[in-house]
Amino acid sequence: MSSDAKSVYSQQEHLQMKYVGTGHADTSKWEWAVNQHRDTYAAYIGHYSLLAYNSVAENESIGRLKYQYLQKMLSPCGKPPKKEDD
Amino acid sequence: MFLYALTLQRSGAITCTAYGNFSAPKQHEIVISHGKTLELIRPDQNGKIQSICQMECFGLIRSMASFRLPGSNKDYLVLGADSGRISVLEFSKERNQFERVHLETYGKSGCRRIVPGQFLASDPKGRAVMISAIEKQKLVYVFNRDASSKLTISSPLEAHKASTIHFSIVGVDVGFDNPIFAALEMDYSDADADETGQSAEEFNKVLTFYELDLGLNHVVRKASEPIDAASNMLIPVPGDTDGPSGVLVCAENKIAYKKPDHEDVVALIPRRQGMPLDQPLLITGYSHLKQKDGFFFLLQSEIGDLYRLTLTYNDEEVSEINITYFDTVPVAQSITILKTGFLFVASEFGNHALYQFLSIKGSDESDMMPVEVEIEGETIEIPHFAPRPLKNLLLVDEMESLSPILDMRVLDLAGEETPQIYALCGKGPRSTLRTLRHGLAVAEMAVSELPSNPLAVWTVKGSSKDAADKYIVVTFANATIVLSIGDTVEEVTDSGFLATNKTLSVSLLGDDSLLQVHPNGLRTVRSDKRISQFTPPNKGVINLVAVNQQQVVVALADHTMIYFELDAVGQLQEKAKPEIGGGQIAALDISPLGAGRSRGRFLAVGASVDGSWFVRILSLDPGSFMHIVSRQALPAKPESLCLIEISIGAAQSDGGTPTLFLFAGLENGVLMRITVDPITGQLAPEFRTRFLGTKPVKLFKVLVQEQPAVLALSSRSWLAYNFQGRYQITPLSYETLEYASGFASDQCPEGFVCVAANTLRILTVERLGEVFNQHSMKLSFTPRKSALLKDSGCFVVLETDHNSDMEKAKEARCDVAEDEEEENENKLPHSIYGEQRAGEAKWASRVRVIDPNERETKQIIELDPNEAALSVCVATFYDRKGHTFLCFGTAVGHKVGSRTGSGFLHTYSVVGSQLTFVHKTPIDGVPRALCSFQGRLLVGVGSALRLYEMGKRKLLRKCENRNIPNLVVTISTMGDRIYVGDVAESISFLKYNRILNELVIFADDTHPRWMTAACPVDYDTVAGADKFGNIFLTRLPDNVSDEISEEPGAVGMFEGNDLQGAHYKAEEIVQYHVGETVCSLQKATLSPGGSDAIIYGTMYGGIGALQPFVSREDVDFFLHLEMHLRGAAGAREHKPAGEGICGRDQLSFRSYYFPVKDVVDGDLCETFNYLSPSRQKQIAEDLDRTPGEVAKKLEDMRNRLL
Repeated sequence: MSSDAKSVYSQQEHLQMKYVGTGHADTSKWEWAVNQHRDTYAAYIGHYSLLAYNSVAENESIGRLKYQYLQKMLSPCGKPPKKEDD
Repeated sequence: MFLYALTLQRSGAITCTAYGNFSAPKQHEIVISHGKTLELIRPDQNGKIQSICQMECFGLIRSMASFRLPGSNKDYLVLGADSGRISVLEFSKERNQFERVHLETYGKSGCRRIVPGQFLASDPKGRAVMISAIEKQKLVYVFNRDASSKLTISSPLEAHKASTIHFSIVGVDVGFDNPIFAALEMDYSDADADETGQSAEEFNKVLTFYELDLGLNHVVRKASEPIDAASNMLIPVPGDTDGPSGVLVCAENKIAYKKPDHEDVVALIPRRQGMPLDQPLLITGYSHLKQKDGFFFLLQSEIGDLYRLTLTYNDEEVSEINITYFDTVPVAQSITILKTGFLFVASEFGNHALYQFLSIKGSDESDMMPVEVEIEGETIEIPHFAPRPLKNLLLVDEMESLSPILDMRVLDLAGEETPQIYALCGKGPRSTLRTLRHGLAVAEMAVSELPSNPLAVWTVKGSSKDAADKYIVVTFANATIVLSIGDTVEEVTDSGFLATNKTLSVSLLGDDSLLQVHPNGLRTVRSDKRISQFTPPNKGVINLVAVNQQQVVVALADHTMIYFELDAVGQLQEKAKPEIGGGQIAALDISPLGAGRSRGRFLAVGASVDGSWFVRILSLDPGSFMHIVSRQALPAKPESLCLIEISIGAAQSDGGTPTLFLFAGLENGVLMRITVDPITGQLAPEFRTRFLGTKPVKLFKVLVQEQPAVLALSSRSWLAYNFQGRYQITPLSYETLEYASGFASDQCPEGFVCVAANTLRILTVERLGEVFNQHSMKLSFTPRKSALLKDSGCFVVLETDHNSDMEKAKEARCDVAEDEEEENENKLPHSIYGEQRAGEAKWASRVRVIDPNERETKQIIELDPNEAALSVCVATFYDRKGHTFLCFGTAVGHKVGSRTGSGFLHTYSVVGSQLTFVHKTPIDGVPRALCSFQGRLLVGVGSALRLYEMGKRKLLRKCENRNIPNLVVTISTMGDRIYVGDVAESISFLKYNRILNELVIFADDTHPRWMTAACPVDYDTVAGADKFGNIFLTRLPDNVSDEISEEPGAVGMFEGNDLQGAHYKAEEIVQYHVGETVCSLQKATLSPGGSDAIIYGTMYGGIGALQPFVSREDVDFFLHLEMHLRGAAGAREHKPAGEGICGRDQLSFRSYYFPVKDVVDGDLCETFNYLSPSRQKQIAEDLDRTPGEVAKKLEDMRNRLL
């Protein structure tokens, strides 16, 4: 492996460390979906008007929805798929 | 096309609040964030909420915290926004706005998962703040003072933890030990790794204490303890000398006290009687009050109940948590107890309220009824209570909020020429239909009829030291009556005034003399009732008069003038007979005395010269006595002149400098405002004009918030005044008035006494600064959509609540609107009580016909339980000519968010405002949108667009297009075009091919957009809004439009091109980010003769408009102004390229999701008025204008709309 490729690799690793959700060559569909869901819930909470919009639609209090969304970030897409042994 | 975007009504919703003393020591104030605007409010002693300042942030404020440096007596404000920066603000009293003290960048902009800004906590001693993201990142900034006692901020200290979700962070009160922050965290790394899914089910939450070591300058994770898995919020407990320190951890159904090395103390949250035990209860808001003899908390649950929580503790050992029921108020976003004895409740939706504490004791233990419940084999006692009307709190004031506006219409149903805005607002039982009218709301204090039509009215004080007026003087054609003001208003005859003649003016002269001017002379009444008189020479008749406390000038019928001054012994002395060189004199005024001066310096005379009208300014200074110092031609005969000092910028009492203005009310209904040089008396060359109404404009000097203001009466009444440092002219929402005067009494410190026909009225203006005044009418469920029955001017409103049981709801609300909620002393009003959650896919819904003028419900159609009305339209069918029908679509047992399901189309025939059932058509999808189209009905069913015809038993499906990408949410038509909005894929353009009976998609948009509302602007252009707060205009290219209209048969060949969407693509021509979800769009004019604009209403209760520019020059001017203003707002020093107060760049904010295109941000442009004069001058010079011209341009743009 040339030093250039190494440095790209380490840079990428750095990015993955720094920015949660940065993909890599082996990102599975599940991982990708989990990150997307977590980002979505974070955006719902961050943009108060989306929270209010959902609150009107569901007729729940905003405080309850916020709690639900944070809670759903734990495991938004169910359990992870079984790792295939290669 | 260039558009000018302007917010007309600022958002009312509150996203977060912070409490402190910001403007001055001991001023108890609350900073509230309306999402993208910041407002400072202060409840005064009488419990009225005063708005001190409002600022646009051009960013989203997500969290706020106040902190106070040790030894200081004012608070700073920290903002956590979407800017990736922390900004520290200080309130500047001089400029009446928040100013940025520090701005530190730590991450990317936007509301991201791992960029801090979502949570903010300050150390109670003001030494540090912690700012945190939803996941992973937490930063601590340390505050200090430098040698010159300026606030300093450290570089950030990291307290990150990967794979951790934060629920809440607080600063723990540890006195002057090292600051400690507590965080409620959840780790997801195990759940992500465990293939069995067990970890996700048995997840843990932990309470972690982070200690900021001030000596070593780093943050350490001090302790981490497992807590209840259903915890949602932390509450810091006062420490040091005030309490035991530590935190309260709120979880579903219980609250635990936690402190490192302290045993947990747990208490159950009392529940409402009848609330199912399997329904979890959360605490969502809190506030606490520290007093000399202890502290207590008020907590609010998610259903609105307030609890009083106290701790039983000994030194630092807590032994018990006591929770009692306190009262029930609307569910709040945040609650704040003020030290002045008030509780501010920032409601999630609808109006915010200020309550006064009647007691802080809460209810007795006897109110609580323990109920024994067996859970998992264990018997526990859960306290219960019965909610009741307010006992410990008293509602003293409300802050109006339209949030959320779910549908809105601009129409003139009341026949007032100026259209009204009808907004469907609110959620659940707090829903309303509100009618908004431009102008200030006026409250009638008294209306009394008089025997004949009075000509004029004045009020006069007994002495210059008095606060209240002594007499009201009313004049008729040949008589004058005097009323004395006391507890009651009664006629008196011993006032010393001449009663047998018409009066021209009544005023206070000197300190305690009264002056009456009548056509035959001047009559002075001394305080000891001595009377002296002046009669004009040669039996002259006085026509006009102008007075201030020291000077009098009268104009006689032969158009000569006489000028008097008050001498040292309180006698009026004739000083001069000013000459202006002949001509008819039409109006007069003398400038006010001003502080500490014994003489007004100028006399304004409106007179004719050779048939044209002029206003002249004469000097009254001894040095240049009676010299004409300047003059100005007037376009019409002046009816009234008014020289007045109004401060532009900060209010006079706050150190602002007043500017002398000449107002001229003309006979043709136009008001002119000219700036007068206070030294030389020169009239400024540029002036403002505004058309007020069809009658000649009469001007009156009044006081508004203890500031001089002008009341201008024409066919409409207007008030020109200074509000929050800005000059405003606003109509009063009231009938035509003929004459007015200021009025002050003990009961009504600031009002007007007015003449209208044969009545005398005492009025006060409420809610200054408000653009629209509102009347509301209660609805029973969340309003979704509305349709207008044109013939009767009635609205059909669909009211639909999810999570609600129709049977129970019916029982509970019987009919709220009709019997206005029974005043039952022991029962909580339903609008506050709310409703028990019925569960998912449970609906309650009704269709209501409302006459908005009468504010009356005409008819209610109840839907079956679980049926939800979602779409409505008024339709005509080609084979039923002359009949109008109302169709609405419903879903049955619908799951929120689901795109499938089934429902019905209900058809009713409309006669006047009466709906009669015709038939009901079952449908295999959810009808989300309906639209009448060429004698047929267009229905959006899931991802299909269908065309229905009228049948005998049901509607008959004629054709269908299934190629709408996801879900049809809006349908509008113009001519033979159909514009369909998709839930996630923007607008599609369709055409109906009559020959082949086909609906054909021939063009669509290239952007993915989550549509909420759309309206066609012209044949080729559609305006749309999406969930993320964007407004856009998309247009068909010219050649496409031509091709489509020329070859109607050719459209068929575009079908079947699914892969890339439609054959043609529409172009985006306008793009703008509003910053809050827009739920309603309409093309309308807001005033007669105003420009056409796109009016929008938002989730936060804001109303705004986008209006087209009339000339290219204006576009250039405003684009340049925008460029100069970016970064200027709120920056303490001028920065060539900076950001607003929250650190977000305006351009990037307006380009949140798509780059802003061809829109000038009017909200940014209007910040010009808040800049310091030197900055204004600099910017104006760069634009080759004067600051006055720039301000005039801005005002003109606003006036074109309203």
